[in-house]
Amino acid sequence: MSHPENASAFLKDQSKAKWHDETLWFVRDKRDRISKTVPEWESLRNLASQIKDNVLSNLDNYLEEFEKNALKNGIQVHWAKDAEEHNAIVLKILKEKNCPAIVKSKSILTEECHLNPYLEKNGIEVVDTDLGERIVQFLNQPPSHIVLPAIHLKKGEISELFHEKLQTEKGNEDPEYLTHAARTHLREKFLGAKVAITGVNFGVAETGEFVVCTNEGNADMGVHLAETHIACMGIEKIIPRRKDLGVFLRLLARSATGQPITNYNSHFRSPATGKEIHLVLVDNGRTAQLAREKFRNSLKCIRCGACMNTCPIYRRSGGYSYGSTVPGPIGSILSPGIDLNKYSSLPFASTLCGSCSDVCPVKINIHEQLYEWRQEITKAQGTNGKSLSMKLANGIFRSPLAYRISGKLMRIALKNLPNSLIYHPINSWGKGRNLPETPKETFKEWYHKNRS
Amino acid sequence: MNSISPNIALFIPCYVDQFFPNVGIASLELLEKLGCSVTYPIGQTCCGQPMANSGYERDTAGTARHFTEIFKGFDYIVAPSGSCVLHVKEHSPKIAGMEKEQKGIQDKIFELTEFLTDVLKVENLQGSYPHRVGYHASCHGQRGLRLASSSELQEAPYNKAHHLLKNLKGLEWVELSRKDECCGFGGTFAVTEEALSIQMGKDRLEDHLSHQVEILTGGDMSCIMHLQGIASRNRENIKFKHIAEILNEAIS
Amino acid sequence: MSSREQILSAIKGIERESKQLPDIPEFPQTENLQKVFKDSIQGNKGEVLSAIEFEEWIASLGDQKIISVSSRFPNLSTIKLPSDPHQLNDLNLAIIDGQFGVSENGAIWLEEENLKLRALPFITEHLVIVLDSQKLVPSMHQAYESIGSKHSGFGLFIAGPSKTADIEQSLVIGAHGAKSLRVVLL
Repeated sequence: MSHPENASAFLKDQSKAKWHDETLWFVRDKRDRISKTVPEWESLRNLASQIKDNVLSNLDNYLEEFEKNALKNGIQVHWAKDAEEHNAIVLKILKEKNCPAIVKSKSILTEECHLNPYLEKNGIEVVDTDLGERIVQFLNQPPSHIVLPAIHLKKGEISELFHEKLQTEKGNEDPEYLTHAARTHLREKFLGAKVAITGVNFGVAETGEFVVCTNEGNADMGVHLAETHIACMGIEKIIPRRKDLGVFLRLLARSATGQPITNYNSHFRSPATGKEIHLVLVDNGRTAQLAREKFRNSLKCIRCGACMNTCPIYRRSGGYSYGSTVPGPIGSILSPGIDLNKYSSLPFASTLCGSCSDVCPVKINIHEQLYEWRQEITKAQGTNGKSLSMKLANGIFRSPLAYRISGKLMRIALKNLPNSLIYHPINSWGKGRNLPETPKETFKEWYHKNRS
Repeated sequence: MNSISPNIALFIPCYVDQFFPNVGIASLELLEKLGCSVTYPIGQTCCGQPMANSGYERDTAGTARHFTEIFKGFDYIVAPSGSCVLHVKEHSPKIAGMEKEQKGIQDKIFELTEFLTDVLKVENLQGSYPHRVGYHASCHGQRGLRLASSSELQEAPYNKAHHLLKNLKGLEWVELSRKDECCGFGGTFAVTEEALSIQMGKDRLEDHLSHQVEILTGGDMSCIMHLQGIASRNRENIKFKHIAEILNEAIS
Repeated sequence: MSSREQILSAIKGIERESKQLPDIPEFPQTENLQKVFKDSIQGNKGEVLSAIEFEEWIASLGDQKIISVSSRFPNLSTIKLPSDPHQLNDLNLAIIDGQFGVSENGAIWLEEENLKLRALPFITEHLVIVLDSQKLVPSMHQAYESIGSKHSGFGLFIAGPSKTADIEQSLVIGAHGAKSLRVVLL
């Protein structure tokens, strides 16, 4: 289904849609307020953007440096060119460790690679340990937001789900009660897992360490109890220097949820005695995006989700309306690079209002890239009814006479067409809006009479 | 105000010409009252924005060439639309052989309130407009041309429309809950994403209505047409005017 | 060609403009480090105690499984630190020394040698971090300056108790890790 169809379905439940909009607006507003308590906020955004630009222009060298240092630290490094290879690498490690069940903290990359269904098909139990992710996993759904995975669900729905899956009291919708039930349930999973998988927020070339940020502490609970830690990292997550973390950690949580920092920010440099860390570096379309000059800097994204919270479309259509792993504005500029045809409606799911670009902590020009993808998509789609009408329009607007004639015809038509036709349901303008009253003369005609 | 009288062209966007001639008249009269000598080049048509935003920028070369030829000889080009001005500045396709003229136009085209505050340096406009006014910050003017500070950015607050309206006697400027959220017009978005567009428009309207706005104004008739269309369908008690109409009425 | 070589050669084959790595400048710093730090910890739903308040609180606890790896409070342990973290599942309280705190966000830096066992601050039901009040820095920039190029296998910033807001954005403390954080400022 295309974005307009999905959005329209989402809006059918008016009160839930309103709640979704207001809740995410609240998060955006919190982000606005906390960002204004940091006087150097705009300088930090500039720095973060420049650091990431530098990374993209030297990505090969930084990856080599990162690998060299990670190996020196005793981390085992793997390279995967695509999702398939990434999944196979993870499975191979699990087989070697004879591990039937794993715990996994939030990783958008593993969502992108569809790791869970792959491992499950191979007989491995996967438990997502982030509370929001566990909730959507119980429902067999992907996350609807990259930071707030279950933001599309109301506590009543979660209460029913937990009653069924975790035998919580029927009708108890208290978030604290439900969260603590999940704590008890997941504690067992943590204690039983031999391998834990995490994502990576930042990989530091200079030191070979990588950083994982959570509020729940679920990534650490998993890896410190397990014997083996597998960290899955997109190749664009590199930063050059340790001190660059100072810039990014100041921006990340403030942008994401309006808090000054995530409560746990773990720096993994070497495995603990007797344990193993495996790091999987994944391309999966990133080098292809790097090669597209106009869209290259979409790879600067640090996955804070601020563009989703601020997007007036996302807030009113929900994450699933996009049908892509990463939804919202950033998803709409990343996804067409993965499959232009499948995601062709996404760059049009925007008014180009530009709020996403202003909120982005690494200053990705998201709305400009949406505009550029539109140009690419219409080119790829070739000649159709819409492109013909655009060519016709250009013919009209390049000729003052044709413009005057067609404008006049249009106004006469609007004046004389019966309302039943203008407001017919197939006429999208008239469904929920009246048309302006047609004036008796154009400005041009008035000017002719009154000024020339 | 500048002592030499510059040669100013008025650019009236196609839909304003066709549907909102009063906005064109108000823009012209306002500039004249402020001492400008203004010409409306009669051969003008459209800037090409609707096509470009739909993904057909490459098909607007003829339109862009025509626009450049019509407007290249003026000192300033002023338009009562942030959206069209932004298009001319950022999304006109390059015309071979006309690079210099195009660049010239991009440097000297201004949205109306921007022209009044930044070029004419209008301060302390005297007049009377005893109404409760809500301002809709159209996104292309807001974040594209930076006509007002953005709520997302850390910057000193400013608003060029407010700067012009604030001294009018009796005018009450209404602070909204979401001062710079999009109304959902978005050009063809208004029809391709009809459901979302209407919802966004209703939400924006609700912000004005709940703050007892009497007249909703802004710098882009496209957004106002969309909001007015929803309001009139739902028989809401609120009036709509382009900021040029308010200023022109107030200072007469 | 291995995937590694394929990826690296694909990147090398892309023509890219060189972009300079910026220096990170010094930003104006807050004056009142202690007050800002305390506010930050409270904002993160933690609590700041003086040594006296802490000792009173400890004395008020009944029979609890406590492990202190703090050099300042070496005698508070009621059980021995095991070598296998799985045995800490019913630990009530861990007391750990922090190296320094960051005023702007309440983050406290700890390294493997402070933790003894990496799982300790996570698996414990409640967490106390002991911090020297002289060891506060204004922001994350000075924090990374303080860490410098030191090599620890594992280091982390803890800024509060384990928390989540994944159910309707309602804040709940105690998701998986410690249900409370008390910072003893000496």
